[in-house]
Amino acid sequence: MLAELIIAAEETPNPLLPAWYDIVYSLIPFILVLLLFWRVVLPRMQKTLDERAALIEGGIEKAESAQAEAKAALEQYNALLAEGRAEAAKIREQARTEGNAILAELKEAAQVEAARVTATAQQQIEAERQAALVALRAEVGSLALDLASGVIGESLADDKRATALVDRFLADLENDTASSKKAAK
Amino acid sequence: MLETPLSAAALIPALAFATTPATDAPEFKGPSILDFFPPAIFFEGNEFFEMNRIMLLRLVIVALIFILFWLGTRKMQLVPGRFQGTIEMGLEFVRKSIVEDLLGQKDGKRFLPLITTIFFLVLFMNLTGIVPGINISANSVIGMPLVLAVAAYIAFIWAGLRKHPWAFLRNALFPPGVPPFLYIIVTPIEFVSMFVLRPVTLTLRLLMNMIVGHLLLVLFFSATAFFMVELGGWWIAASAVTLAFGTAFTFFEILVSVLQAYVFALLTTVYIQLALADEH
Repeated sequence: MLAELIIAAEETPNPLLPAWYDIVYSLIPFILVLLLFWRVVLPRMQKTLDERAALIEGGIEKAESAQAEAKAALEQYNALLAEGRAEAAKIREQARTEGNAILAELKEAAQVEAARVTATAQQQIEAERQAALVALRAEVGSLALDLASGVIGESLADDKRATALVDRFLADLENDTASSKKAAK
Repeated sequence: MLETPLSAAALIPALAFATTPATDAPEFKGPSILDFFPPAIFFEGNEFFEMNRIMLLRLVIVALIFILFWLGTRKMQLVPGRFQGTIEMGLEFVRKSIVEDLLGQKDGKRFLPLITTIFFLVLFMNLTGIVPGINISANSVIGMPLVLAVAAYIAFIWAGLRKHPWAFLRNALFPPGVPPFLYIIVTPIEFVSMFVLRPVTLTLRLLMNMIVGHLLLVLFFSATAFFMVELGGWWIAASAVTLAFGTAFTFFEILVSVLQAYVFALLTTVYIQLALADEH
């Protein structure tokens, strides 16, 4: 190859030997283009790349902040939900307690009422018993006197001693019933 | 690719022979080395500033690069349009795939302007070889490849000497891991390889690719014209073949243009990387 070129070079210029003008017109383009890239194009490119990186980073930051916001909102929501749940539980508990209280109150009232009814009934019974007792005492007294006067053949109806006897007898009888009641209790 | 001039050169006499029997037949005029030394346009006879069409072409390419990259980066948008996107893609290709890949971010930043310049200058000057109406690469005259190779040469030696002069020279001339007595052989080889062959191969690889590409295309297309216009008749069939080859090689030249730009930039980067490396 070189031989071919050298043969050719005998009558024509040697393509391997640079002429001065060739060097000059190679240096000028080289220096101009080097300055263009070095001083203009690459700094501009670098600036754009930096800006783009900053933009992307900004975008990432924005996304991150949005995510954080969403997370905060979720947490808040969860907190509210928990709070609501606690409140509901509290209210339920309170209602239950109140219900129990009302129930107890009602029970108590019923008991009081029942007691009152019972007491009234007992009082009535007692009164009736007393009345019966008083009536009975008078009746029994005259009956016994009638019976006794019949037995002894004389009237003791107006006798003071007889009345006293009957009273004493009834008092004894009463005492006996009371003591027997106590014993029964 | 370096072998092709032989076949190209071999084809020229063959074709000439094919046409000689008919004595009054028109003579085939193939491509010549004079294609690369066209007549002067300006400053004829001036040793330093004589300008022919190839030199003018270089200045036009510089203007084109200025227009493209100046406009392409004038109003940089964060979301690039098509034009800005293309320019950015080119610049990013050099930055990422060549420079930062081999040198890393820190060293890469220092040498990025040089390597970007080499890549785009070689690429644009190569591609004119297939632009209709120009049909010659601005790199097919030795000056341009030589200047770029010298720039690469200065860059890697400067990089090595500045970072660690002794380690650089020791790694280059006395590669570690080689038995000391072999340095008698290895050191001269390494010296020649590093300080002589590297710039020479950078220059010649590019220059020869462009010269050969031009010769091949001219050969195919002038042969086509010759067969079709000068000979005619059945020779038109042959012109179809040469036309097909010419077209195929035009596409091939696009590939070669891009590849040579890539190789030149990549090798420069590799040389710088080796100079900066602590150990080989």
